[in-house]
Amino acid sequence: MRSDWITNLSRRRFLAAGVATAAGLTLGIMPVTRADTRRSGPGFAGAAPVDQAAFQPNAFLRIGSDNQVTVISKHLEMGQGTYTGLATLVAEELDAAWEQVRVEGAPADAKRYRNLFWGETQGTGGSTAIANSWMQMRKAGAAARHMLVEAAAKQWRVKADEVRVEAGQITHARSGRSASFGEMADAAAEQPVPQEVLLKESDEFRLIGKRLPRKDSAEKTDGSALFTIDVQLLEMYTAVVAHPPRFGAKVRGFDDKAARAVKGVKQVLQIPSGIAVVGDDFWSAKQGRDALQVEWDESGAFRQSSSEILDSYRELADQPGAVARNEGDSEAVMAGARKVIEAEYSVPFLAHAPMEPMDCVVRIDASGCEIWNGEQMNTGDQMAVAGLLGLQPEQVRIHMLYAGGSFGRRANPKADYVLEAVHIAKTMPPGTPVKLIWTREDDMRGGYYRPLYLHKLKAGLDAENQPLVWQQRIVGQSIIAGTPFESVMVKDGIDQTSVEGAANLPYALKHIHIDLHSPQLQVPVLWWRSVGSTHTAFAVECFMDELAAEAGKDPVAFRRALLAEHPRHLGVLNLAVEKAGWDEPLGRNRGRGVAVHESFNSYVAQVAEVTVRRGVIYVDRVVIAVDCGVPVNPDVIEAQMQGGMGFGLAAALASELTFKEGRVEQSNFHDYLTLRIDQMPEVEVYIVPSSEAPTGVGEPATPVIAPAVANAVFAATGQRLRQLPLRPA
Amino acid sequence: MIQLTINGSKQSLDIDPGMPLLWALRDHMGLTGTKFGCGIAQCGSCTIHLDGEPVRSCITPVSEATGKEITTIEGLKSPAGKAVQAAWRELEVVQCGYCQSGQIMSAAALLERKSNPTDAEIDDAMQGNLCRCAAYVRIRAAIKAAANKSV
Repeated sequence: MRSDWITNLSRRRFLAAGVATAAGLTLGIMPVTRADTRRSGPGFAGAAPVDQAAFQPNAFLRIGSDNQVTVISKHLEMGQGTYTGLATLVAEELDAAWEQVRVEGAPADAKRYRNLFWGETQGTGGSTAIANSWMQMRKAGAAARHMLVEAAAKQWRVKADEVRVEAGQITHARSGRSASFGEMADAAAEQPVPQEVLLKESDEFRLIGKRLPRKDSAEKTDGSALFTIDVQLLEMYTAVVAHPPRFGAKVRGFDDKAARAVKGVKQVLQIPSGIAVVGDDFWSAKQGRDALQVEWDESGAFRQSSSEILDSYRELADQPGAVARNEGDSEAVMAGARKVIEAEYSVPFLAHAPMEPMDCVVRIDASGCEIWNGEQMNTGDQMAVAGLLGLQPEQVRIHMLYAGGSFGRRANPKADYVLEAVHIAKTMPPGTPVKLIWTREDDMRGGYYRPLYLHKLKAGLDAENQPLVWQQRIVGQSIIAGTPFESVMVKDGIDQTSVEGAANLPYALKHIHIDLHSPQLQVPVLWWRSVGSTHTAFAVECFMDELAAEAGKDPVAFRRALLAEHPRHLGVLNLAVEKAGWDEPLGRNRGRGVAVHESFNSYVAQVAEVTVRRGVIYVDRVVIAVDCGVPVNPDVIEAQMQGGMGFGLAAALASELTFKEGRVEQSNFHDYLTLRIDQMPEVEVYIVPSSEAPTGVGEPATPVIAPAVANAVFAATGQRLRQLPLRPA
Repeated sequence: MIQLTINGSKQSLDIDPGMPLLWALRDHMGLTGTKFGCGIAQCGSCTIHLDGEPVRSCITPVSEATGKEITTIEGLKSPAGKAVQAAWRELEVVQCGYCQSGQIMSAAALLERKSNPTDAEIDDAMQGNLCRCAAYVRIRAAIKAAANKSV
């Protein structure tokens, strides 16, 4: 059943690898598409041919006698540029040449590779990769540099403080000696690892702050980059799964006769999430699934429609919720206000819809379980799989591959698709790998959405129509409830991710009351790029615009007056409006809108210019200013601002996942609309110079664009649009 | 047996003639640079060239590809194709990278028939290629850069 080429190529690879390694590789675990190990790539630490003489001073880098510096990334590369960013931090303090550095994904290991902001968990999210690694990676590089210098000083019998390191070359001027990292690697490995290291001052940076090329560009432009879906192992099968048509439905029975008759179908089996069809390749498994007859028990299934959910949320919003923030005396001040302004904002469910649908490769044998995955929640998935199989966590070896997007979807505390793949693999003969592939329809209808949210806002104004008091009631499902993060991230009934971006309202108002309802639905929900800010920024920044209009003030001047205590908000706001030419007039049907928002300790302001014609919004130009502390790589920051904004623009203009009687109405990219190239505006990005510790850029551009565009539509047409996606009359 | 000419070399495969070319390339030829994104020709991740024309391989049965030159990202060797790949690297277009094989194949085909496309022609040729990272600003810029170089 296997094509011969797989065996042949794997054997060739095995032989080649055998030369380089003392301990041989297990035959067949090397994916055949990884031809050039000098490139950066996903996680094969432990399986890749490692130079046994390599100098590995710590868990984060390795220097081979071939002069190659390999940085081990504890974080997932899903497009946000983290491989490039983390490598920059290491290479900076190591004084490596950028060209000699490659990156490899780390194995799952909560002790060595934990996210320093997440306790004992390895994972990527919340725009934390650079922020939590900033000192850790620099120290790793500095330690290795110290050992190289000590080794050189010893070998050359010179003083260590006379040894220089620059761009991968170790030199001693007086004696005229020099060596590459590779030449000194063996000797450096003999040196003790320093307990303390001296880090550079920012004016000594050579790489940080430069537009260094990404480490993954070459292999992502010639088709050789390895994603989960590309993993090819010997004797591997492919599985697809028939999932229930409604959340909460169960299998009552199934007839697999026709499915098993499909050529190439090897197995049909019931697993907790549905019926799996296992075949020689994707096409046979998919055809087998198409032929499968499944009878579903929908007695306990979800039956609501989106409109009913919204109505029930409106009823809830009439009742007080759990208090997220309370300052002053909002009730009394509201009662005494000259004028009261009220507005309701809402956002729909959203699918993450990364270009690579969910997929996972699993192989189980007597020694444990091996997983290949675009792994965003490394040790969470590791624990979940260990629990299911009755293994120790270290027996679950996870290879972190590139993810073809994720936007949060691959960081599921419930480990849904990973466990599904394990359930299938454990029915296979020991050592038989299975690749689970979800179709786009599975992905769209498989749940774990950005939840639908409703915000009710109310402001009381004084005689000059200036706001005195702000009340905000938020209604939507908790993402964190029922996950291992609940004990840390839900306090006093408040899921922090439900209120972030609202509870920390920066505007100077004395009376603020923000509360929350977290209704439970059977719809599985999850964090979606920028999480709570996806809805809070929309509600807050649009309502601020309404208040500015009520006060008869320019939206920028109005915000400035209330942000005096928030210099970083002000900094990005001022930069964006200046570069946008805020005061320059626009033509008929055109308008400019602004929004400013902090998320994950990064600050972003955006000015959108739109044209509204015959009920269609055309976003012509977006000017973005960002303050993310020290800009580690301005080019990656610029790309994340462009793309993060574009991701949010899709949700602002088009994306919407709706339920009708419990069924998801959309199924693929023809009816779940995202942004296409002809809808992408011109984008300008400006970075605020800063010496603050760096913060993330993967998410903070996303939530700002919807309110900026909605406010621009108001400027163009006088229409207030309070529901996403935006639909002008 | 299905006879196919893939990246200049003749292959015979014992597969269902109705199998989409995408899965023949990926699962039977090991050419995994061509990606699965939607299966219904809505996202462009699976774009390849059939006799030089951009085609969505996810809905193209292998039987329709017999007797034609199939070019995948792995075999993209034309001057326009090389210029597109170089511009992609120079302008740092990629983010997650998953859609980029398809983007590059569509862009190369565009430049083959239109050496200096306008913005509207770029939008028209590329609007079938989704990028969820929304790297569109740089995709557009890289196509222009590649056009200027090959002119």
